[in-house]
Amino acid sequence: MSLADQARGDLKLAGLHKRYPNGFVAVESLDLVIPQGSFFALLGPSGCGKTTTLRMVAGLEEATQGTIHIGEQDITHAKPYKRPVNTVFQNYALFPHLTIAENVAFGPKRRGSKDPAQEVKEILALTELTEQANKKPAQLSGGQQQRVALARAIINRPDVLLLDEPLGALDLKLRRAMQVELKRIQEEVGLTFVHVTHDQEEAMTMADTVAVMNKGRIEQMGAPYDLYTNPQTTFVANFLGRSNLIKGTVVGREGTGADAVVKVDMHGTIATIKASKVHTDSDHGWVGIRPEKVLIQPEGQTIDAPGAALSGAVVVDASYIGVSTDYTLRMPWGQEITCFEQNTGRRGGLIPVGTKVDVSWRPEFAFLLDSSQDAEAGLEED
Amino acid sequence: MITRVGNWIGKHLMLTLGILVLLYMYIPNFIVALMSFNDSSESRNLYQFQSFTWDNWLNPCDPQGMCESLRVSISIGLLATLAATIIGTLAAFALVRHRFEGRSTMNLVLFLPMATPEIVMGSSLLALFVAAGFGGQLGFWTVLIAHIMFCISFVVVTVRSRLAGLDSNLEKAASDLYANEWQTFWRITFPLVFPGILSAALLAFSLSFDDFIITNLNSGTTVTFPMFVWGAAQRGVPMQVNVIGTLMFLLALGIVIGGEVLNRRRAKGKASAF
Repeated sequence: MSLADQARGDLKLAGLHKRYPNGFVAVESLDLVIPQGSFFALLGPSGCGKTTTLRMVAGLEEATQGTIHIGEQDITHAKPYKRPVNTVFQNYALFPHLTIAENVAFGPKRRGSKDPAQEVKEILALTELTEQANKKPAQLSGGQQQRVALARAIINRPDVLLLDEPLGALDLKLRRAMQVELKRIQEEVGLTFVHVTHDQEEAMTMADTVAVMNKGRIEQMGAPYDLYTNPQTTFVANFLGRSNLIKGTVVGREGTGADAVVKVDMHGTIATIKASKVHTDSDHGWVGIRPEKVLIQPEGQTIDAPGAALSGAVVVDASYIGVSTDYTLRMPWGQEITCFEQNTGRRGGLIPVGTKVDVSWRPEFAFLLDSSQDAEAGLEED
Repeated sequence: MITRVGNWIGKHLMLTLGILVLLYMYIPNFIVALMSFNDSSESRNLYQFQSFTWDNWLNPCDPQGMCESLRVSISIGLLATLAATIIGTLAAFALVRHRFEGRSTMNLVLFLPMATPEIVMGSSLLALFVAAGFGGQLGFWTVLIAHIMFCISFVVVTVRSRLAGLDSNLEKAASDLYANEWQTFWRITFPLVFPGILSAALLAFSLSFDDFIITNLNSGTTVTFPMFVWGAAQRGVPMQVNVIGTLMFLLALGIVIGGEVLNRRRAKGKASAF
């Protein structure tokens, strides 16, 4: 193991704060540890501070307060070119007057590498760009340019690789292919990847750990599965996938340890929620349930779920999208909730609009959020 | 036959108009080129083609003082271009890259010389030189100072637009890739802005070479090429002026065609990549 390898370590942000001269606070006392070698995603809507955070790590933006460490090394105020960090820019920022090989060799040459040509050859092979070596960036397709940007960064074997919406400029199909590609390369080179994106699917597909950011703060951080199944705030519940949030009142707490549950009265029906998925201390809350966990049956037929059934809902819209059908249901108290039903063929058709249905879900899928939070937080504005 | 031509014009109206406009623009140049082969020795009427001769091209420096004035114009043009390009480029960088107090005022001040009538600028400069005690030394250096002054504005405007169109992420990317400020400038910024600087320099040279009004007011006894032509025109322009005119036209044409060929070659490379 070389000295450089030993020097590597976790990326640690402590109390990181960014306030712009006009008073706008982009990042608010952020504490974050990103373990060495992990694929970490910062997910949030535009303006949430994720890109500013990235730029502070890269040194392109000066932190107002707080520190940035890689391992033991404090890089908070280091010049960008003195940091063991490289960035893949959103628009790639390839040097238009240099060939692909020259673009990729730019970093190694500045660092005084002994054999830049050999390094370039290896990295171009890894990113499948060998045939493009002598072309100019403008001669490549979007996906190829993206790979050049990646090659140009990883050739330097930085301690941390920062990716700023790296796939944002690509069309959907290419984006999916590049997600797989990026993940493969990350596993192959074993560097720490910090990936900034507003695309929740992209974050969940690629990252080991996802941090959901909102208004300069991290709302919640964890593995994609945990974030999705157990969101702690209405923002996360709505931004990461979709959620039905139904107003409820806590009427009792039962059991202990792993079996502990909270009973919640939702407009007259009692729902049971596992204590580990309850994120409020107050007596009022939002009962959350993901649309694909909602089961429906025309009134009177049995539902295959042990939970409490809500009756009196009416189908107000059914949109068939092949693999599944999205139902919009109006509940007796006027709220509309969504249900995604897999088209397994069991039902043998759609439930017509206007049909009265019963609604239920397995209790372990529900979560309870604090009622002081905005039920609309994190919804797409358009 | 006439209806045939009429039909063709009807079908190709845009092309016809285009040809007419081009003729309108280039006929003077053709006349100049033609007249450069005119043998005027036999006649007093200098504006009529008499007979063909190579003489004008073989002895371009025959008219007294013409080649000397050309040499003065070229020296002033080159020096003014050099100074104005350096100062103007630095100013353009300051204006695009830095936010400082008085920046918008600076923009306006740099724009003004372009909007000021030359006769006003020329006479103001003359007043300034005389007031400063250089009334007796008007000549090469006062003309050079005047030319540098009005060329700077054009250089700033040209370089500024090129620089403003430059993606600032490129410089960030360079510094992210271990290039310090100096390396970033010479390896990324300068090569990318260079075409703008080059076209600014060409513009400055042609403005300086061409200028008559400001020059005439501040030249003392020095004679530049436009002044020589102006003076000669009182008596009848020597045919050799047409030789110089044709050479300048061919030079400009060469530069434009060269640039276009380079562009095409680049575009072709782009197209063949797919």
